[in-house]
Formats: sequence, C-alpha cells, structure tokens
Amino acid sequence: MSIYPVSENAVTIYFGNELDIGLNHRVFSLYNYLRRQPDSFWVDLIPAYGSLTVVYDLNKIRTISHLAFEWIRRRLEDAITRCDDAVVGAARKLSIPVCYDPVFGLDLKLLSKSKKLSIDQVIELHTAQTYRVFMLGFLPGFAYMAIVDEKIATPRLPSPRKHVPAGSVGIAGNQTGIYPLDSPGGWNIIGRTPVKLFDSHNENPVLFQPGDEVKFYSVSKEEFDSFNQKSFTLLAS
Amino acid sequence: MSIEVIKAGIADSIQDEGRFGFQHLGINPNGAMDLCAMKVANALVGNALNEAVVEMGFPASTFRFDKPALVALTGADFTPKLNGRNIPINQPVLVASGSELKFTKVKHSAWCYLAVHGGFGLTEWLGSYSTNKKANVGGVEGRFLKKGDRLSFRRQINNSAIKVFPWRANVTEFYEGSVPSQTNVRCIEGNEFDWLTKKSQKDFLKRSFIISRQSDRMGYRLEGTALKQSKKQELLSTAVSFGTIQVLPNGELIALMADHQTTGGYPRVAQVIAADRSRLVQCSPAEKISFSFVDIEEAEDLLLKQEQSLSRLQYACKLMLKEYLVFL
Repeated sequence: MSIYPVSENAVTIYFGNELDIGLNHRVFSLYNYLRRQPDSFWVDLIPAYGSLTVVYDLNKIRTISHLAFEWIRRRLEDAITRCDDAVVGAARKLSIPVCYDPVFGLDLKLLSKSKKLSIDQVIELHTAQTYRVFMLGFLPGFAYMAIVDEKIATPRLPSPRKHVPAGSVGIAGNQTGIYPLDSPGGWNIIGRTPVKLFDSHNENPVLFQPGDEVKFYSVSKEEFDSFNQKSFTLLAS
Repeated sequence: MSIEVIKAGIADSIQDEGRFGFQHLGINPNGAMDLCAMKVANALVGNALNEAVVEMGFPASTFRFDKPALVALTGADFTPKLNGRNIPINQPVLVASGSELKFTKVKHSAWCYLAVHGGFGLTEWLGSYSTNKKANVGGVEGRFLKKGDRLSFRRQINNSAIKVFPWRANVTEFYEGSVPSQTNVRCIEGNEFDWLTKKSQKDFLKRSFIISRQSDRMGYRLEGTALKQSKKQELLSTAVSFGTIQVLPNGELIALMADHQTTGGYPRVAQVIAADRSRLVQCSPAEKISFSFVDIEEAEDLLLKQEQSLSRLQYACKLMLKEYLVFL
C-alpha cells in the first residue's frame, strides 16, 4: 500500500495493480468508510480497480495544517486502520436485459468464431456470471465490470470504432461494460441493452454505482423494442 | 436582456470552476481552462469569482448586446473591438445597448473569457454551469455556442454609452512562473516518473516540447523527444487530474486538460502544479515549453499565494466599482 499526491488537491491510496475482487474490497471498505465521515473533508472520492483517489479543498485543509498533503495522508492512514475490510456494505443487485441480436452484437460472430464457441454458448457464458462494478470512468456512467469468463475474454479491437451507439455491451480483456452514451470505442460489441444508463434529467443521472453487482439476461429483439424504461427504473430503485 | 451570438466561434462554451463530487460516476469536472483568467474577469465586474463566464478560443464568436451591460475580457488578447473600436482586456467596460463585440486577431494566448456583471441566466446541472460536451449537458445545451444563441443577464443595468473604466487588473503574476519570459512549467513528480529510463527522465527535464496542433480542451499533445520506459508494465486505470502529464505507448506526452476523463491508464510522468496551469493552458500550438520539478509543499504554497492574490483583486475591484454601481 502507498499514498501519493496526484495534485495539490488530490491524493491516491494505492493498494495494488491487479484486477482482483479482494483488492477491490479493500478499496471499497475505505470508500464507504470515508463517505460516512461526518466532516466531509473530501470533495470527490474516486474508486478504481486497486486504488482510491481523494479530492479535497486545499484552502480548507490549509486552515488546519501548514501542509495539506501531510494532514490528508495521516488522516487516510488512520482511516485505513479503522475501516473494517469485512464491512463493505450490501451491494445493490441489478439485472440488465441485453439483446444479443446480430444487428446489435457487431462483433459477436467474430468472437464466437475465434473462441470456437457457438453464439448461444457466448451468450450463455456472458449471462452466467455475476459481475462487479469495479469502477466508473471513461464516460459519464460507464461502468467497468468484471470478471468475464476467460473462455470469452478478448482484447480490445485493433483500432477503435468512430461511433459506438449508446447501450452497446462490450468485452475488453476480462472486463465487460456498456456504453452509456454514443461514443468512439474499442470494445468488442456483443449486444445492446435498452436500459438508459445515463439520463441528465434524472436526479441520479447515472444508473450504476461503484460496487454494484450486475447480471445480464438475454432478451429478444421484440422485447428490446417494447422495453419500458419507466417500469425498469421503478424496479431498480 | 441578453447578448446574442451573431456569428459562431469554433470552441466557445460556458464554464465555471467545474463540477465536483460526481467523479465516482465517471462525470468529469470540466470547467474553465484558465481558471485565473475566469476569476479575474468575474472580479473586474464585481461578481463572485466562480460565476459562469463565456470561454472563447480563436476564431471567437461575434456578439450583439440588446441591453447595456458591464463586462470584462481576460486571458487571451484576441484584439476585441466594440462597434469597431479597440477595447482593452483586463479592464471593466460599460457596453451600450445595440453594441457589437468582435474579436479580430490573436495578439497573445489561447483562451479568452467574457464575464458580465450579475452573471448569465443559465440552468445549473449537478451544481455547476460548466459545459459537458460528452453528456450534452451544462452551459447551453451542453455544446459550443452557435449562431442565434442568446445568453440572458441576471441583472439589468442602466447605461447609454460605451465607457472603459480607468483601472486594469495586473495579471502578470498568474502567468510569470519561475522564469519570466521563458515558458517553464513547474510540476510535481508523477507516480510513474521512475518508469522512464534514466535518459528519458533527463530528457523530460532538459529538453523542450512543442504544443501540438492536435490539442483541445481534453488534452494538449506535446511534441519532442520520445520518452522511453524501462518498465513496460500494464497499468490499471486510476483517477487522473487536470494537468496530469501521461506518456503514451509511442513515447509521446499528453497533458490532460479541463475536459479530461476521470480515470486513465497511462503512466503519469508529472503533474503540472495548479499555480502554473494557466501559464500552460494559454500556450498556443507550436509554442515551446519546458518542465521542472518542485515538491508538493511548494506547489501548495504557490497555489495559495495565487488564490490570495485573486481574493485581493476581487476586493479591490469591488471597492473601485462601488461608487459607479450606484448609478447603473
């Protein structure tokens, strides 16, 4: 474990460089502990796979200490000893419909061929696993989920697509994720969800939260077309 | 009670200090590229320092005022003309109804700011007015300004003639850095600086780099000696920040700017200190810059000093404006 400054108003607590659930649990126990602190000395807490970054208000901390970084570092070292690794809090469980129809799953055929699996087997493997939202990043609401079964784990496309439609479900290495917005992107697209993952008009604009547990289920093109966002939102909240 | 964009610029948007508290959801902060200039503009017109302003690149928009306003232009000097007459930057200006504001030629720097007394009537998203182009939200419909956009004023003033106030904000200290006249940008060491070979570590500090034309609000690419890594390890994504300098697999450097993603996975060579950010941001393509290191303590002190200067400026401007504002 190490703590280093990112800038004058941010530090990172680094636990390790592996995509590992145990490591990510350590990130989350600290994340949840800090979120519960009554004196919110931080302005942003950004969990990642093996690290947590704390953004703070330099002016505020400098009224307490002549070197903000040192004060924050001591405060975080103390928090690390106090937060209980076991208390990560109950994860939210979300079921997300995905339509694996070839009109949406642009790379599904190629992936099944290269993995010597039938398309149904790929879908089965993708829907069998419960994924953890290790972190969000890249785009507003883009959740990095893992761990994808190694039988369908595939590196990113050699060159990214200029346009990936919102809702596209992709695989990159042993991660899976959904594009919340239209964007360029290099993940292997295997399907699309009708669920709106980002809605700026919502009080909570982003559906996923770090630490969520996510399972996918396969729906037909008809079900995709008749999907009702309103009733889904009610169920998810 | 508004200004209208009668000709669109290429990269003009509404910005404030940025949107914080949502980076765990992948929502990036955005905000003004040159935070000093944004705050100076607000100070000059008697606003809170964090009031939303118009940020402009060059070519910038042309505006028409349909009501009088008290405005200030700061940051880059794009040779602003009000009804064809030159007006200075870093000075408050009273504008009469019907005036046209145009920017004609780049004298220096890359980003210009327009603040209006009382601020613009806009809708906040998650506590900030800053434009988020990825999510199409904030500012004006989450996009660059276009022809026909109208920005309303929150406060109306009475005035019938153009008048340039006789005081000017001294901004040299925000752009001077350690070595005046040379664009040396101070940094703190990045966490993966020692992933570079010894020679590349030296090159980073000894050589100069050129701001590439492929630079925008997301990042400034830096051309120059390609840097080599002695450690070829995959790095899992962690949070990055405005001013983070990453080394790409081809050895090229990129400095992350206000529209940076919340997380990144390239080795971080350095972090531009916040007090030198305005200096870097205002460099135009083809400009040469070099880097040096300071420790975190000095970086904190320099930033606080800068913020104190801005507060003092704000206070002084308020005093100067006070007697005028009663007549407006």
